[in-house]
Amino acid sequence: MVKSTSYLFFFISFGNFLSVYFIFQNDLRNDGRSKQDYRPIELELDIVTHANGSARVRLANTDILVGVKTEIDVPTSNRPEEGKIEFFVDCSANATPEFEGKGGQDLATEIGNYLGSSFASPLSFDLKPLCILKGVQCWKLYVDILILECGGNLFDAVSLAVKAALYNTMVPRVETVAMDGGNVDLQLSGDPFDCWRLDITNIPCLVTLTKIGEHLIVDPTAEEEECSMASLVVAVTESGRINSLCKTSVGSLHPQTLTDALKVGVEVGVGLNKALNEALGREEKRLQSNKPERFGFLK
Amino acid sequence: MDLLSDQGLRLDGRRPDELRNIRCKMGVFNQADGSAYLEQGNTKVLATVYGPHQPRGQARNRAPHDEAFVNCQYSMAVFSTGERKNRPRGDRKSQEMSIHLRQALVSAIRTELYPRSQLDIFVEVLQADGGNYCACVNAATLALVDAGVGMREYAVACSASLANGEIPLVDISHLEESTGGPNLTVASLPISGQVALMEMSQRFHSDHLPKVLERALEGCKDIHRILDDTVRKHVEETGRASGWGQVDRAGIVL
Repeated sequence: MVKSTSYLFFFISFGNFLSVYFIFQNDLRNDGRSKQDYRPIELELDIVTHANGSARVRLANTDILVGVKTEIDVPTSNRPEEGKIEFFVDCSANATPEFEGKGGQDLATEIGNYLGSSFASPLSFDLKPLCILKGVQCWKLYVDILILECGGNLFDAVSLAVKAALYNTMVPRVETVAMDGGNVDLQLSGDPFDCWRLDITNIPCLVTLTKIGEHLIVDPTAEEEECSMASLVVAVTESGRINSLCKTSVGSLHPQTLTDALKVGVEVGVGLNKALNEALGREEKRLQSNKPERFGFLK
Repeated sequence: MDLLSDQGLRLDGRRPDELRNIRCKMGVFNQADGSAYLEQGNTKVLATVYGPHQPRGQARNRAPHDEAFVNCQYSMAVFSTGERKNRPRGDRKSQEMSIHLRQALVSAIRTELYPRSQLDIFVEVLQADGGNYCACVNAATLALVDAGVGMREYAVACSASLANGEIPLVDISHLEESTGGPNLTVASLPISGQVALMEMSQRFHSDHLPKVLERALEGCKDIHRILDDTVRKHVEETGRASGWGQVDRAGIVL
């Protein structure tokens, strides 16, 4: 047992590492999950009435609220046939006092940029349907993400909430477009329920793979994140395509681990997408029923 | 547009002395020391309390030696209003709200119990439909109770307006705010009937002030009753694990 004593001596300063490490001996984590298990996820659609689409996702202790608003904008000159999408992440001080004032800005930028890059390709989200009049007018989607509680695995929870909110988004239908001199005259449909929905089939879900010791786990809790060696975030679509990839946090990975991680990531990501789609279908059915109950934060 | 119809009903169908529907819940988050969610009509607010803890950052120099330093932050989700906001916090309006929030809450918190420490109160408006300040004060009070912070009594806020130049209205919605009637916001300590903060916009004759103020204070008392019920119910529910409140018909504790 000399070896384990030396482990003890070495790792004791890592605090949680010790318990996480030893519990892995039975292939189970601190909370009884196996390596590729997610914690319970709750999802509710359409809870912010001022937004065109909204969703709230609660992944154990991680709480994310996403609101999507549409606005009419001018397309960029190099992409005249496309609409626009913008991600804005707000780390609320409700999550942790460290986010007070401008404290959460670094994390917010990191998440926002990564979401932007995973949506960048037309293969993941096609911006062409958002065009109203080529080169003159288009829809701009503001995807505003509010982080209300941090319980680990922010990336995955944020991506689930974003996909759900985009699924819920109603873009008003434009009835007529007329050019009057240089001015555009838009006529929106008079019926507020006359809207169209976005295609979310190819929108990826982000899967964070965290390496702790020799183990690769998904959905790390805040404690597990604290003692991880490195994390890899993979954006996986429903069909198992990887849209983007990013190694976050400090620490390094061996290339072999990277390829192994990708395999696990795709497998988990496909399952996650499927589970989300099913949940969205159920939630949609519930909302269409007569007088659906709104839970919000009251549950 | 008249604030009051001929039948004496308001734009949203309420009577002049009727509050909007208030729904609230304490302990929505696990990680904060105290948290609460409050809906007042379509205004939805989240409040969390962290502390009392050791003063952090700038507060280290500012914290007084004989009482707690209370730190408030008011922010609004960018999608909370009809028009999208550019910044969730840091603009003039939010800073003013933070200061007013602090004023109302400090008058209720027993700061002298926590010398050399800091108390963080963060409120986030998720959906704005008038009376944001009032909803924030009420939610923050619930969060403070949830955190177990010592208080003299609840800090409760309510707004009031004046319709047709004579009839006071309680709990103003966004529609009524923007229609241009006067707006009196009062934060009070409803048991002792003291006023912790008062703010007024637009003008009306000073003769009307007593009755508008009275209507607002009356509203505070009504809200206090609702908040108190919530607190009692919450404590009963959370304490139930240890068998509180579980009394059978014969009155014997199970």
